[in-house]
Amino acid sequence: MSPGAAGVRLTPDEKEWLAGRHGEAGAMAMRVVVEAARLVGAHELVEISSAHVDGCLYHGDGGVHFAERLVDGAGRVAVPTTLNVGALDLLHPGRVRASAHAASMARRQMEAYLALGCAPTWTCAPYQAGHRPGPGEQVAWGESNAVAFANSVLGARTERYGDFLDACCAITGRAPLHGLHVEENRRARVVVDVSRISADLLDRDVFFPVFGTWLGLEAGREPSAIVGLPRSVTEDQLKALGAAGASSGAVALFHVVGVTPEAPTLDAVLGPEGSWREVVLTGADLRGALDRLSTVRVEPGDAPPIDAVAVGSPHFSWEEFQALVPLVEGRRLSAPFLVCTGRDVLHRVSESGQLDVLTRAGVEIVVDTCVVVTPILPAGGGVLMTNSGKFAHYGPSTIGYDVVYGSLAECVASAEAGVVRRDADLWR
Amino acid sequence: MAVKARVLVRGQGRGPLLRLTHPISFWGGVDPSDGRICDPRHPEFGVRISGSVLALPGTVGSSSSSAVMLELIREGTAPAAIILAHSDAILALGVVVAAELGMDGPPVVELAPAALAALQPGTIYVDEDGTVREEAG
Repeated sequence: MSPGAAGVRLTPDEKEWLAGRHGEAGAMAMRVVVEAARLVGAHELVEISSAHVDGCLYHGDGGVHFAERLVDGAGRVAVPTTLNVGALDLLHPGRVRASAHAASMARRQMEAYLALGCAPTWTCAPYQAGHRPGPGEQVAWGESNAVAFANSVLGARTERYGDFLDACCAITGRAPLHGLHVEENRRARVVVDVSRISADLLDRDVFFPVFGTWLGLEAGREPSAIVGLPRSVTEDQLKALGAAGASSGAVALFHVVGVTPEAPTLDAVLGPEGSWREVVLTGADLRGALDRLSTVRVEPGDAPPIDAVAVGSPHFSWEEFQALVPLVEGRRLSAPFLVCTGRDVLHRVSESGQLDVLTRAGVEIVVDTCVVVTPILPAGGGVLMTNSGKFAHYGPSTIGYDVVYGSLAECVASAEAGVVRRDADLWR
Repeated sequence: MAVKARVLVRGQGRGPLLRLTHPISFWGGVDPSDGRICDPRHPEFGVRISGSVLALPGTVGSSSSSAVMLELIREGTAPAAIILAHSDAILALGVVVAAELGMDGPPVVELAPAALAALQPGTIYVDEDGTVREEAG
């Protein structure tokens, strides 16, 4: 027997799924889950309590055919399931520039996932839209930033579920038992000491995407334990850290000692001596990561023009809006300034009266999707400024924009001026 | 020379060896419409992976890479075979789902990093049983 044919032990119930007892879609979903288990070397499946499905984003007609096959086979999710972004802003028709074919297929794909019983959350930050599994809960989540957040900040247990498998797990209520579902694989292999970085920088939002970018390159898939971050670190800062790390290096779990649920102490997340290594983060490391987040060189004194600003990857939270509103109040931004967020958060912002403040300043809101997964920014490229490590990472390849990374305040100041305004002293 | 790899997705494929020097995310890294590497920061930016025996030191990033794999197969721009230094279920799953939808995709095999690095440029054949063979010419 070749290693690739290693068996997956199934319960009688799981065998009934394969035999079609839960319909054609159920059988297909279970086949895919079992095949995935074989691929990763899992010997059994684990029951999950929730799912977050990333497969609703249109990448081409194949994804539509897959979802509609599940709908046609009477598929229905077995556990509470939220949806990641789609390719359309359903609340603002016309915001996305798509061909008639792509727009129609993208809509069909989004509708198919609703027909499977998923919740229309359309956000890459489901954990800020009420979907918060508790510590130790087994779940199957897609979208790399959401995976990192669920594992690290919530202490739930998920592997990185890609398109198709996420939906198949949701339908069967099962996932391959392997990787980060298993306690011993959640121990830190890399201990990162950030105590050499100034307390002032560690406190700032702008630090976290840069740190995350470095962490992804340094630790990759290996779980890490971070020592020396202040206990005041915010949920949005950890969200930005995970999103950047997942973009640059497949980070799916980081522990912050004294902060995240599995790491009350460093010892709590370490395996035996010799199973981990220690790295000390330096200012030079951070400047290297910072440089990677911009494809436009900005020397001190330079002020190259920008064509747009985009923030909100992962989707902007209510708290992030509370930081943005005072920054833009009374200003008039000359460059397009797009904020990507979930419809839940937009509703709250709208109810609070802050939407008017934002609109008057020239801020545009994008919901249900975001600017790097679908054509929203003007065609032809240009320079995009962002405070998001993920936008900075993917912007050049997915939408052909050069990128400049900066803090939220620097993004606002630059959008007002139409040229890059950055505080170089921050990173010295 | 022939080596035995672990079969992730069974199949046969033949093509010129294309070894990437840096891990890649298929999402944001490969354009299914023409099979080219579209991440300007990747060392092999602009190279077309279609029809090659693609040897990957690793994959990074988005869990959407399986969808891009499915699109490559659907568009006819997929590699002829994929050899991974580290098993990647996300990529392989795109091939599995293509099969569920009635489309033939490339075989995907896992080969130890040292054996992958030792493959010589030229035509490579990947067989059903995971045999990876260098062919003359």
